[in-house]
Amino acid sequence: MKTANKTVTAERLVRDALEKAEHFREYNIFTYLDKTGAIQKAREIDARIARGEKVGRLAGVPYALKDNFLSPEGETTASAHILEGFTSPVTATVVERLEAEGAIMIGRTNLDAFAHGSSTENSYYGPTLNAYDTERVAGGSSGGSAVAVALDIVEFATGTDTGGSIRQPASFNGVYGLKPTYGCNSRYGVVAMASSTDCIGFFTKTPEDMDLLMSISSGQDPKDMTTLPDYYSISAAEICSSKGVRSAAAREVAPAARGRRPEETSEERTGSFFRDDDGSATSVDGPAGRAPRGAYLDAEMEKIRVGVIKDFDNESVDNEIRKALKAKCELLESKGYEIVELEMPALKYALAAYYIIVPAEVASNLSRYDGVRYGFRSDKSDDLDGLYENTRNEGFMPENKRRIMIGNFVLSSGFYDAYFLKAAKARTLIVKAYEEAFQKVDYILTPVSPSPAFKLGEKVNDPIAMYLEDVMSVSLNLAGVPGLAIPAGMTKAGLPIGLQLVGPRRSDKQLIEFSKELQ
Amino acid sequence: MSKYVPTIGIECHVQLCTKTKLFSEVDNDARGKEPNSCVSPVDYALPGMLPRLNGEAIRFAILAGRAMNCKINPVSRFDRKHYFYPDSPKGYQITQFYQPIIGEGYVELPSGTKIRIEHAHLEGDAGKLTHFDGYSLVDLNRVDTPLIEIVSMPDIHSAKDAHDYCKELWRLMCYAGVTYGDLYNGNMRFDVNTSLAPEGSKELGTRTEVKNLNSFRSVERAVEYEIKRQTKVLESGEKVVQQTLGWSDATGKTTPQRSKEVAADYRYMPEPDLPPIHLSAEFIETESAKLPMMPADYRAQFGKSITEDILEILLDYPTLMKKLGELSVIPAAHTIKLISNLFASVLLAEEKSAEYLNDLPSAGDLAELAEMNEKKELSSTATKEVFLRLFDPQMKGRSAKQIAKELGLIQENDLGALEKIVDAVLAKPETAKAQEDFKAGQEKVLGFLVGQVMKESHGKANPSAVQEILRQKLTK
Repeated sequence: MKTANKTVTAERLVRDALEKAEHFREYNIFTYLDKTGAIQKAREIDARIARGEKVGRLAGVPYALKDNFLSPEGETTASAHILEGFTSPVTATVVERLEAEGAIMIGRTNLDAFAHGSSTENSYYGPTLNAYDTERVAGGSSGGSAVAVALDIVEFATGTDTGGSIRQPASFNGVYGLKPTYGCNSRYGVVAMASSTDCIGFFTKTPEDMDLLMSISSGQDPKDMTTLPDYYSISAAEICSSKGVRSAAAREVAPAARGRRPEETSEERTGSFFRDDDGSATSVDGPAGRAPRGAYLDAEMEKIRVGVIKDFDNESVDNEIRKALKAKCELLESKGYEIVELEMPALKYALAAYYIIVPAEVASNLSRYDGVRYGFRSDKSDDLDGLYENTRNEGFMPENKRRIMIGNFVLSSGFYDAYFLKAAKARTLIVKAYEEAFQKVDYILTPVSPSPAFKLGEKVNDPIAMYLEDVMSVSLNLAGVPGLAIPAGMTKAGLPIGLQLVGPRRSDKQLIEFSKELQ
Repeated sequence: MSKYVPTIGIECHVQLCTKTKLFSEVDNDARGKEPNSCVSPVDYALPGMLPRLNGEAIRFAILAGRAMNCKINPVSRFDRKHYFYPDSPKGYQITQFYQPIIGEGYVELPSGTKIRIEHAHLEGDAGKLTHFDGYSLVDLNRVDTPLIEIVSMPDIHSAKDAHDYCKELWRLMCYAGVTYGDLYNGNMRFDVNTSLAPEGSKELGTRTEVKNLNSFRSVERAVEYEIKRQTKVLESGEKVVQQTLGWSDATGKTTPQRSKEVAADYRYMPEPDLPPIHLSAEFIETESAKLPMMPADYRAQFGKSITEDILEILLDYPTLMKKLGELSVIPAAHTIKLISNLFASVLLAEEKSAEYLNDLPSAGDLAELAEMNEKKELSSTATKEVFLRLFDPQMKGRSAKQIAKELGLIQENDLGALEKIVDAVLAKPETAKAQEDFKAGQEKVLGFLVGQVMKESHGKANPSAVQEILRQKLTK
């Protein structure tokens, strides 16, 4: 990633990015471009460089911000009419961390309103076009961010992934897209879709860039109680020593650990459960938690095993994608890795469970948009109920309304046990399925979606077909495990193919490292 | 005598006096502050804001739970209760529906009756709406002030017990130090469920709920009213309608509250933004140990030295009981008796008593005062006088003895010295006639002579001792 220095100024980098953004205007990538602000910030960094001051690891790097991240620049709309006119007084934790290292946001990117969708066609501002074929969708919901990186406008872009919203557009546009372990990056200041599955991640052109961004953005945040204690940049050896195990000894027992990786306790899933008024959070876990199994491994001592999920190898998946997966498996085998076929029957419940749990949380999280305090307010009403009804009716997109209705239905008294509770049980099965799988293998490699980028308008009127786009991505969100979408060649028609590399919880860094073997 | 047995269950909301709100770092004490000035982006429900659970509220919940002899659950969770109204910016209230922090327990009334507690849970309060003609104003200062909702079992069977239960809850929460306990400002609010069933019946009758009562007297009156009203309904052969009622102190009546035809469906859902609360046994024990003396402890301690009437009055004032507790280390039954009487009859009758309650004299000063009284160095009037002066900010730093001396209130008990004064008075020509009259059998002139001696002694003489000496001298 190019950073500013004495010869290449931050202003040059930012101006280049802004020019490219203008150049690709027809793709409808940005909902807002912060020209003045970005150049101003760049000049400040250049001044610091000129004075010989220390600058951050992302000094002058232009980036694009998905429009569901709060920051004071421009309006934060989540591409939804109902947030029109909303300027945020607060800044998302991840944005703060990136900017502290000198990254410069040049604009906000388009998404499916409130991140509901898999094509960016549900945006109030119209669809974003695919970087490789303007008649096709960008994927979604983080379509704008994926295309901004794919067209090389910016070095990286932020995204949110609730069921595939980073990985699918990354694969549709041939870039890297990471959905980290749930709780790795803070959700504070990001417009919530579904709190228990929302993950904050990035689009990059290389695994190295992804690693750098994660080392900056990750880590416990007192403003988000679901963040995990810092673990991302802590090496396996450090984890071992912090647990009172000498790393040499850990190496010796490592090969046998695969079958005996103890289950994570519920306390370990979260870092803190309440705050104290001195600003500290009460931690119930050690500094880093448990190292993923892969972290202990020494390739010389035992082969790394990569699983492929048998259940996903069927007619409903595009032939070219299946071939790409096969080719990557052969590549891995040629490098001495072992490919293991996995059966994960519980995953067949993933899509159904996802489309119950997520709409329930969506309906709840969208309750705050009532036209009373901020954003859009309908002027057609003369009483309170009318204000609510008209504001929400005019302010939400059809897909938002569909999910609100499903969500409220499954939470209704009399239906809760039959739907929400049952879906929660299915989720537990899926968590267990991944835990068992990672007793047998170190990583799993699967397609991201059943097909490459589809035509604009092709699935807009068929919600079920659109939901099926997520069939191979949502189980990761339900299980909280990380997944990295990696470019894996092109179709004959010239569309990018993406695969996702999946690892156990907290294996984000190892996952990114291992993805280099697939290049 | 009614043939129906009333059954009453009470839900009580207690506002906790934590420094900050339940889910944000904003000041939780909005008393006297501008509307909407104690509101953070989290309370205001901006997009992307997440709740941050306040540890002090957890500690207070443990104290409140232990004050009611309740089990503290090692694992509890938060849930969302959904409803649309401008007092609820998030569109849901964060509460504990499925796994509350406080489990079963009981509250013992002064009469000895035990009322079981079903559970109590933590939740955030709602904002406040003020309605005007054609519009309403919203104040979000109260949003997510921590509340504990205490749910009793239907163990109450009279209006009197309902009153006593609410009052005892109020005392317990004040003693535990978890609330300001200001009822007038809604720090504690009661919802009262009342039903009647024929005597001997095992099933409960249809209940009504009177919402938002904020005094013990209103609770008692509302229950009395409901019992009478429901009795009439049942006796006329009709059925009690299950409904929510409001209470008016002015009319002394309950009236149905406007409600939607369809029962509210709150669509409860586990709160995904807050991890479960795991409390270790050690943490619960350490926090429980911080519970101070409770009313029951004081009843056990002072049941013999203070009369029940006075004790029950003083129990409404935790600071006074704490002071008596300090005095009890001084082994003199007289001290406790005198000071508790002074608290009840002198201090609480004072105009400024509310002010005084927060800054009591030291136990040492009170003990000294009691000792002077016992030794008859101070008359009962002088004792009251010095007692009140001990509270006077201008007298700060002065002991009871110093005050008594400064005011010249110490009685002369030295009989030799008194005799000299008496002799001097009797030698005065103006007392001659009175002496004659007394000797002639006119008892009442003794008062005049005592007065003269008191005057001569500048009020320091002990009047009963003076009387004694005068009698001896004049009957010789």
